[in-house]
Amino acid sequence: MSRQNIPPSQNNPSGVPRSPATTKSDLIARSQKIAYADILLSLLVWAVAISVTAVFVWISVDIVWHGAGHLSWEFLTKEPEEAGRQGGIASILVSTGLLLSVCLGVAVPLGLGTAILLAEFTVLNNWFGRLVRRSLDMLASVPSIVFGLFGNAFFCVTLGLGFSILSGGLTLACMVLPLLIRSVEEGLRSVPHEYRLGAASLGLSRSTTLVNLLLPAAFPSLAAGLILGIGRAIAETAALMYTSGYVERMPESLLDSGRTLSLHIYSLSMNVSGGDSSAYASVVVLMILLLVTNGAAIWIGEHWLHSRIQN
Amino acid sequence: MTSSAKKTSFPQNVDRLLVWSLRGIAVIVGTIVLFIIGFLILESLPVFRKVGVLPFLRDTSWNPMQGVYSLTPMLISTLLVVAGAVLLAAPIGILSALFCHYYAPKPVANLYRRLLEIMSGIPGVVYGFWGLVVLVPLINRLHPPGTSLLTGILLLALLITPTIALIADASLAGVPQEYLQGAVALSLSRWGTIREIVLPAARSGLFTSIILGTGRAIGETIIVLMVCGNIVQIPSSVFEPIRTLPANIALEMDFALGDHRSALFVSGLLLMGVNLVLVLLAEAIAQEEIYHN
Repeated sequence: MSRQNIPPSQNNPSGVPRSPATTKSDLIARSQKIAYADILLSLLVWAVAISVTAVFVWISVDIVWHGAGHLSWEFLTKEPEEAGRQGGIASILVSTGLLLSVCLGVAVPLGLGTAILLAEFTVLNNWFGRLVRRSLDMLASVPSIVFGLFGNAFFCVTLGLGFSILSGGLTLACMVLPLLIRSVEEGLRSVPHEYRLGAASLGLSRSTTLVNLLLPAAFPSLAAGLILGIGRAIAETAALMYTSGYVERMPESLLDSGRTLSLHIYSLSMNVSGGDSSAYASVVVLMILLLVTNGAAIWIGEHWLHSRIQN
Repeated sequence: MTSSAKKTSFPQNVDRLLVWSLRGIAVIVGTIVLFIIGFLILESLPVFRKVGVLPFLRDTSWNPMQGVYSLTPMLISTLLVVAGAVLLAAPIGILSALFCHYYAPKPVANLYRRLLEIMSGIPGVVYGFWGLVVLVPLINRLHPPGTSLLTGILLLALLITPTIALIADASLAGVPQEYLQGAVALSLSRWGTIREIVLPAARSGLFTSIILGTGRAIGETIIVLMVCGNIVQIPSSVFEPIRTLPANIALEMDFALGDHRSALFVSGLLLMGVNLVLVLLAEAIAQEEIYHN
């Protein structure tokens, strides 16, 4: 019951050393100090939150202000002229779309397969599962420029695909796999265990259970993972510089080089003088694409995910 | 007996086929990272064979055409810009997380969280572009040339603040409710509660958030490429231009051939190594947490 029983750290939150003499004025001084520290921290925390918000507002207003005027239906449907100063971004949007399709076409089957194996057919602490998970953690930490180096050495040179949408898409697929797998695995794990027991008691094979019961139940998380992967892929620049290349023409096949939207912004602002207004408009398009994908991911996470699993 | 075994053998075979093909896929996915490391080493070998490892640290400058390969100035520049960004972003990120949990009214906290989520999705190239057209001219007025270490630090901090804040926010959510109730029972001040109870309890999550933020900053290419000036030197003030390792790769892959190309893969290998150390560190902290509880 005595004061000594309380750990000093909790008894002395202000960090002021305890003195044995605790006169009334001492106590008042100390509580005032605590009150000041409290107010100071409150002010600091609010100031930080307000400045972060202010910077965000500054960036968005600047971009929308300069970009929205240049944005038009023609900008979206015309091909770039004069290295992008004039004209639009039609070919760039097509390249971005093709690149995304290659990326997802490769990443989805691989990611789905791995996630199913990890969640449904592997005991949690099995050595194989641990090894795969460890390797995915490492993959997730690889810097994007290193993906670019690898993609250039492996897809462009060793496999002979050259600077092409195919090389870029395959490189991106390697990048988004960890994200995709984690999301699908979590989705599968959140399917109630009774589903599996029920299916087993009906004599269904595990593959039937998987295809008809578990995958539909985990579908929202799959979609959410997919959208996150798309977001990451659209945002990527460095990994594509030396895999998908710079060419701004309309791509004729997957073996053509194609410039994505992020690379277009980079190229306009760094290599083309007088390209700023086109760059601003491209930034607006990129941000709208990202907001839509992020919004969709959040919406799926909040509404669909819960309703599907609970029913 | 035999007939029933025959009947059930069909789905079992399908199951077995499924499991084995899934294992095949997982093996492919699991070996991607080995492939990456393997290719980096393979492409680095020619220059290692020719000059060894030490010139990368000891040579006087970076001029691969002349056969001098010092990565030291770029390594130091990389570490400086990352350290600056993390020193700036870590307090801001953690204070932001504290704001969401202990200071803001609930609707404001949710709004702020949404804002952080949106910010964490903004691509590097957008920050880089904004930095180039807005921040660089501002800093140029302060102290030319504007493309500098400082600009890089500010923009990288902007990039990683939401990452740090969101992970820190999740780890603050994990602080047991009893601790907070105890603090209220002891009538601790808000500052006292945070300093003595919340921060120690959420320590490992906060460290993890900083480490993940650091990893993101080290690998970031496009921002530093756009706003740091790309001059190979050890900066003597924050207003001097620098070139980081990732920016160097992006700049020179265009025309690099032979040993030069090989040297760029060496810098890739170095980046990869630094990041792997960070991942192991984050995992070690997580492990310690498990044993702690």
